[in-house]
Amino acid sequence: MRPFEYGNPSTVAQAVALLGPQWDEAAVLAGGTDLLSLMKDYIVSPKRLVNIKNIRALGGVREEKAGLRIGAAVTLEELYEHPGPLGRYPALRTAIEGVSSPQMRGMGTVGGDLLQRPRCWYFRNGFGLLARNAKGQPLVPGGDNRYHAIFANSGPAYFVCPSSLAPALVTLGASVRLEGPKGARELPVAQLFQIPKDANEREHAIAPQEILAEILIPASAASTRNATYEVRERQFMDWPLATASVALRLEGREVRQAQIVLGEVAPTPWRAEAAERELAGKTLDEAAAARAGEAATQGAHPLSRNGYKVQLVRVAVQRALLAAIA
Amino acid sequence: MADLQWPPAANRHLIGKSISRIDGPWKSSGTAKYSYDMNPPGLLYAKMVTSPYAHAKITAIDTSAAEHAPGVHAVHLFTAVGKEVTCEGQEVAAVAADTEEQAEDAARLVRVEYDELPYLVADTDPTHAGAGNFRQNSEETQGNPTQGFQQAEVVSEGEYGLPVITHCCMESHGSVAQWDGDKLNVWLSTQNVSGQGGEYAQGLSNAGINFSASNLHVDCQVMGGGFGSKFSADTWGVAAAVLAKKAGRPVKLMLDRNVELLVAGCRPSMHGKIRVGAKRDGTLVAWESQSWGTGGVRGFGVPPIPYIFDIPNYSRTHANVLTNIGAARAWRAPNHPQMCYLTMTALEDLAAKLGMDPLDFFLKNIALTGERADYYKQELQQAAEMIGWKQKWHPRGDKTPGSIKRGLGLSIHTWGGAGHQGFCRTTIHPDGSVEVATGSQDLGTGTRTVIGIVAAETLGLPLEGVQVEIGDTKYPPDGASGGSSTVGGVTSSTRVAATDALNQLLAKVAPSLGTTPDKLEAAQGQIRVIGDPSKAISWKQACAKMGATPIVAQGQGGSRGPGRALISAGVGGAQMAEVSVDVDTGVVRMEKMVAVQDCGLVIDSKTAESQVFGACIMGTCYALHEEKIMDQQTGTCLNPNMEFYKLGGIDDIGDIVVHFMTDPMYENRGVIGLGEPPVVSPGAAISNAVANAIGVRVPELPMTPDRVLAALGKGGQA
Ligand SMILES: Cc1cc2nc3c(=O)[nH]c(=O)nc-3n(C[C@H](O)[C@H](O)[C@H](O)COP(=O)(O)OP(=O)(O)OC[C@H]3O[C@@H](n4cnc5c(N)ncnc54)[C@H](O)[C@@H]3O)c2cc1C
Repeated sequence: MRPFEYGNPSTVAQAVALLGPQWDEAAVLAGGTDLLSLMKDYIVSPKRLVNIKNIRALGGVREEKAGLRIGAAVTLEELYEHPGPLGRYPALRTAIEGVSSPQMRGMGTVGGDLLQRPRCWYFRNGFGLLARNAKGQPLVPGGDNRYHAIFANSGPAYFVCPSSLAPALVTLGASVRLEGPKGARELPVAQLFQIPKDANEREHAIAPQEILAEILIPASAASTRNATYEVRERQFMDWPLATASVALRLEGREVRQAQIVLGEVAPTPWRAEAAERELAGKTLDEAAAARAGEAATQGAHPLSRNGYKVQLVRVAVQRALLAAIA
Repeated sequence: MADLQWPPAANRHLIGKSISRIDGPWKSSGTAKYSYDMNPPGLLYAKMVTSPYAHAKITAIDTSAAEHAPGVHAVHLFTAVGKEVTCEGQEVAAVAADTEEQAEDAARLVRVEYDELPYLVADTDPTHAGAGNFRQNSEETQGNPTQGFQQAEVVSEGEYGLPVITHCCMESHGSVAQWDGDKLNVWLSTQNVSGQGGEYAQGLSNAGINFSASNLHVDCQVMGGGFGSKFSADTWGVAAAVLAKKAGRPVKLMLDRNVELLVAGCRPSMHGKIRVGAKRDGTLVAWESQSWGTGGVRGFGVPPIPYIFDIPNYSRTHANVLTNIGAARAWRAPNHPQMCYLTMTALEDLAAKLGMDPLDFFLKNIALTGERADYYKQELQQAAEMIGWKQKWHPRGDKTPGSIKRGLGLSIHTWGGAGHQGFCRTTIHPDGSVEVATGSQDLGTGTRTVIGIVAAETLGLPLEGVQVEIGDTKYPPDGASGGSSTVGGVTSSTRVAATDALNQLLAKVAPSLGTTPDKLEAAQGQIRVIGDPSKAISWKQACAKMGATPIVAQGQGGSRGPGRALISAGVGGAQMAEVSVDVDTGVVRMEKMVAVQDCGLVIDSKTAESQVFGACIMGTCYALHEEKIMDQQTGTCLNPNMEFYKLGGIDDIGDIVVHFMTDPMYENRGVIGLGEPPVVSPGAAISNAVANAIGVRVPELPMTPDRVLAALGKGGQA
């Protein structure tokens, strides 16, 4: 790891002032569970770390009229200790439970989970976010892409968004508040993620000088039937192979509106719009769930080794839908 | 006179009982010190510079920037300009500095230039490997395979394989080295405490340091796993000593996790096309296999299949594909898990094709297993009873509605396990205290404990009555812990030494009890007259009679020593697995494993059981998760870390039930090694259980969801 300066601000404004206009100048340090491993492997080498764990304004979980406000520096474990609100958002609760290591839940923050960098093994082995060799050729299509994207994978990005909280938050219609030198702005969580167009772009639509301050789950989400289903190869400390988070507005068993978001299958959380359309106005039963699962695979273009993820999408959507109405 | 033979069952007070390991509290309280924990004053930390390329020629090395970097005291080169590196992670240089971070920073300042050379890292069959990249073995045949297949009424054909996996020791390889004048102390994480002298002498002399093996002191009280990968001190072990010499300070060089996974462990892959035929009644008649595998640039041995079942007619070929990956090292029961997997899966497929319960099929052909046929038969029946085979087994494909399918699978295995040669010294002091010392090592298996049990049993003392000293070259040398040789080696040497020491004591005590030594025994903390326990003196009183000089006896163990009658070799085992498979996601769960094992006389049933638990856990990991993944485009290993090099965690391991065969027929063979055999079968047993659950074979391990779904035709690897 390269030597770095360490800033320990107590306000968001101070923190923002310590960040720089380029990514390599400074990085926000939350739990550090991802950032420090990236630094130890020389994948990122910021000149300064800005610790945000001592900024009170970034802590706390509060229920307000507008909805549930979660400070970005709240750890997964702290959030999990709010069974009341989480009871209304089983989609989120299941995603937190999936991060099965107590150490990780104890250190990792909600903001850090959303902004963790992709697990793509070419990226993590030093071939860059877009996984290219020295000649600039992409390595994923002809390489081992078993964990890579099946949607939006025609390049230049092939990695998957690693956050399993993100799809849950997107289905719940959550938004984030970003604080920067020019003040605050709000974004739907869905728009926090982007597909980089070239090597200079990141996978998050946050600027180097911005801090993710808060996540807001709107009060209206509490009246949805929501659930997440994760497919995991093993229970122990691992990311899922594919996930589906769903939020439904029902009248009786009839679906008025469905939000279906897939995880670990695209460079961003992936809206399964065809599945949402498929369900609208239908009675949700096993057969309808299976049809929605099938529709969710529309547009999938598996690479050489990840065709199985298409099946996982099918099943995850179906099971998440059935879990939501169980 | 005390008898050297193992005591009969009725007279055993410790042997065979369930006894907690004596170093348990030491380990669980964190006071046990591993190589990693050794921090002598003035310690420097070393980091390695390793090759980023799978194959390249070194054209330049410049260490000057590293030498002048902050905190750096010494730099060592493993190689030289003009030499080749033949795998990623191969050691090039090492740098020792005041702190680990400084060493890491300085290592990155070592400038090495390479000319890249063609490489092969993909685990591919010989036809795709390209000329020069494999060594074909000549075909071996037995009987008349052509005629055999003509006799066969049912023939099953399939392809089976398992990838390269790494040893992935929890404690990586390495040591702390400290010079004291001409003497070298090393705290080395090793499976071979007594056997390092030659390697250090040679390695140091190559580095221009005059050193004689008699000046080497190795200390390894506890170690965090070796599994066959830690016999040698390795170049990095010698490098720590060289750096320590150059710097005049002690040096710690432990491999980083990525280097550990790249070069310090490799179980060769094995893949094969197999045809096997039987008569309609299940009688096995013919086998044909073309197999191949890779164990790195130097290849590895030829694993003969079929395994255990000596099918009358067979033909087999095997090719060693040479690849630019870290070289093969002995992995717990070298080659057996591979041979077992390829054989037992092919046989189970044949049973399915015959419409036979594989248990009946195995029993039908049990005579082909040779001299241990009776053992296998009893073990299969025992395992079947424990897992409820007859009640639960169903023909291929669980017909239960829903996506969760359950299945049962079985496998059998064998291993040698003869005790190695080694020496033990037993000292009885005049105050009654006893010390048993041997330059052996406890890999975490319970060696220290079984030595204590044997000594205490022999001397009629409680376990606390003996002090066990191992893991140090100041004790009489013992063999390397390989081939499951340790328990036989140390128990025979200990028994010989302790019996000899006891007989010396009995000779001194006999007159005071008014008898002769042959009428005396040591039991329950006393020396007493055989058959007349009222004529007894306490152990302490007895020892007080020896005068000021302790009694010392040295015993030789192993098959060439006087204790050869205490040990033997050749074990069998049967394992049965029950799995559940989600056929919609391809996720497999090992629900239960029954492991039935013979290993002669069990010394400590608790640590023995733990060995089998560990083996079943390790086996579940390689059956379901583990794989070293190489990228042919870049020559790089994609998963040299604990994230993508997947091992199971506690929630991924089902119930494990262990049973030892301990009837006199098994026990009378004496002590036989156990460390390796139980890790041989799990891959095959779990794969067979998955096939039984879902109705098709998942041909390649590990059975990850992509492979399971591919086998089911629901997607998967294209
Ligand atoms: C074994 C293992 C299993 C895991 N399994 C899962 C899983 O199943 N699902 C899942 O979703 N995650 C999983 N994780 C990831 C884990 O949840 C994340 O590492 C953790 O949440 C990151 O939080 P952190 O606070 O430590 O982030 P950090 O490491 O501190 O930061 C991560 C990144 O976000 C940036 N950042 C953090 N907070 C802010 C902020 N407020 N504003 C601006 N930038 C910020 C940092 O600069 C950095 O780039 C797993 C991790 C491990 C090690």
